[in-house]
Amino acid sequence: MSKNGYEAGVRDYRENYWTPDYTPNDTDLLACFKITPQPGLPREEVAAAVAAESSTGTWTTVWTDRLTDLEYYKGRAYHIEDVPGDDNAFFAFIAYPLDLFEEGSVVNVLTSLVGNVFGFKALRALRLEDIRFPLSYVVTCGGPPNGMQLERDRLNKYGRPLLGCTIKPKLGLSAKNYGRAVYECLRGGLDFTKDDENINSQPFMRWRNRFEFVAEAVKKAEKETGERKGHYLNVTAPTVEEMYKRAEFAKELEMPIIMSDFLTMGFTAHTSLANWCRNNGILLHVHRAMHAVIDRNPLHGIHFRVLSKCLRLSGGDHLHSGTVVGKLEGDRQATLGWIDIMREKFIKEDRSRGIFFDQDFGHMPGLFPVASGGIHVWHMPALVSIFGDNSVLQFGGGTLGHPWGNAAGATANRVAVEACVKARNEGRELEKEGKEILTEAAKDSPELAAAMETWKEIKFEFDVVDKLDFKQQAEGDRI
Amino acid sequence: MSDVRAYEPKGRRFETFSYLPDLSPEEVRSQIVWLVKQGWTAAVEHTAPDGLDSDFWHLWKLPMFDVVDVDKILAEVVECRERNPGHAIRLIGYDRFAQSQGSSMVVYRPQTLH
Repeated sequence: MSKNGYEAGVRDYRENYWTPDYTPNDTDLLACFKITPQPGLPREEVAAAVAAESSTGTWTTVWTDRLTDLEYYKGRAYHIEDVPGDDNAFFAFIAYPLDLFEEGSVVNVLTSLVGNVFGFKALRALRLEDIRFPLSYVVTCGGPPNGMQLERDRLNKYGRPLLGCTIKPKLGLSAKNYGRAVYECLRGGLDFTKDDENINSQPFMRWRNRFEFVAEAVKKAEKETGERKGHYLNVTAPTVEEMYKRAEFAKELEMPIIMSDFLTMGFTAHTSLANWCRNNGILLHVHRAMHAVIDRNPLHGIHFRVLSKCLRLSGGDHLHSGTVVGKLEGDRQATLGWIDIMREKFIKEDRSRGIFFDQDFGHMPGLFPVASGGIHVWHMPALVSIFGDNSVLQFGGGTLGHPWGNAAGATANRVAVEACVKARNEGRELEKEGKEILTEAAKDSPELAAAMETWKEIKFEFDVVDKLDFKQQAEGDRI
Repeated sequence: MSDVRAYEPKGRRFETFSYLPDLSPEEVRSQIVWLVKQGWTAAVEHTAPDGLDSDFWHLWKLPMFDVVDVDKILAEVVECRERNPGHAIRLIGYDRFAQSQGSSMVVYRPQTLH
């Protein structure tokens, strides 16, 4: 058969898929994988295998390859690089032509890039570190339903981080008691309260009852304070039909914001919900439950910066980002990298923040990073300094755990954030002078003074598990 | 329970900085310094108490494009206040690159709103 130009059998992947001379096109989708191969396999071959298995290739030659323009459609491994401090793993850079992906579908992109290839036997482990979505792909996606700028205009809140609080205990409150907790937080000075990620519609509190009591709480607090308020009503549901039903009811109650758990819900459902929010003028808060299953292992899975990019394209107005300083995992430089991905128009390659590619989001709105988890008033100076104004800072235990109750806890946080912003604007260094700034503010706020006394001892100092693979000389390693 | 204090309702609030004591003239000045340093355009708005809830307060003259003289901006705040007794006064920093307001704060409110 070879005289026909078709040869059956197994060929080395690198013959077709290792193209070190290739210069990526502006319209290519680029990916950086961290590959830990089985011992003894050459890097080029493994990188080519990943390129093949995540694009056009299969394990053997097939005659139908010859019916397509394989040279055009194939993914190409075009560059490999050492991982600083790890002799087993290496970075592989792969370029995919734009035609491999359905427009506006992060679902399709992920199914290709993190599909079967992650179970490939030639690999001990595989991690998707970063994706460069070409601008020509970005503009096919819906993106954040409203975006930061519109949210500020709707809520009339400028020049400071927004404040939230997750209602606790996570499970077990009745709808009316839950509404009470919401009301107390909001009247005390918070902008938002939030359903916990696993609050859906359990027997102790069905969703409709929760929505009704929460709506009453939000409206009463707004009337009392003259400020605009919201509660993230979690519409995550067992089915898409049920999800829409809950979203429609939130709209009927004139609630400004709803919420989803995008990973457990799935990108298809989530993207549809984002579209619904855009069409109905409702903000969308996004929780990332399940992310640590996917992103925490430094050698295997998908890095959170990739999940952040996918979520921005799929749509969301808030996304949990980690706090750097609280109880949950998060390296400072890496966190700064992915909050840039959420907020900025253009993010430059910056290995010191774990950013492997330039990323242009064009006109797509940015979304608010949400810092939530184990934070309290003492963290406020660092949080304002790290996250800046365009963020939502959420104090759950740090509001509800106040010795005088939620309203006092809310006021303490509100006074603290305003004192920090004011001091920053006056040119003071928050992370150096934080203690003095808070102490001065507490003179006029007994609520803040009591909060500072309650949480003065608590720290969360464990080393992070997932560290950036970066050393100062990393640029010199490029081949 | 003797350690638990009853919450004192704060009454009507006015967004950013309204949970702090009223800003002194010096403090307002330093916020203007910061606003100008960010490259934002200062603007002054005012409203009678019955218009507080609206997105749109009365614009005092036009936003002060290219004005970086802090005293000049402060003087507009004072003039707006004198010409509109009983009104609340808001100072805004327009950020044209974000197409938004970089800052917004109520710098004066009449006694009836305390």
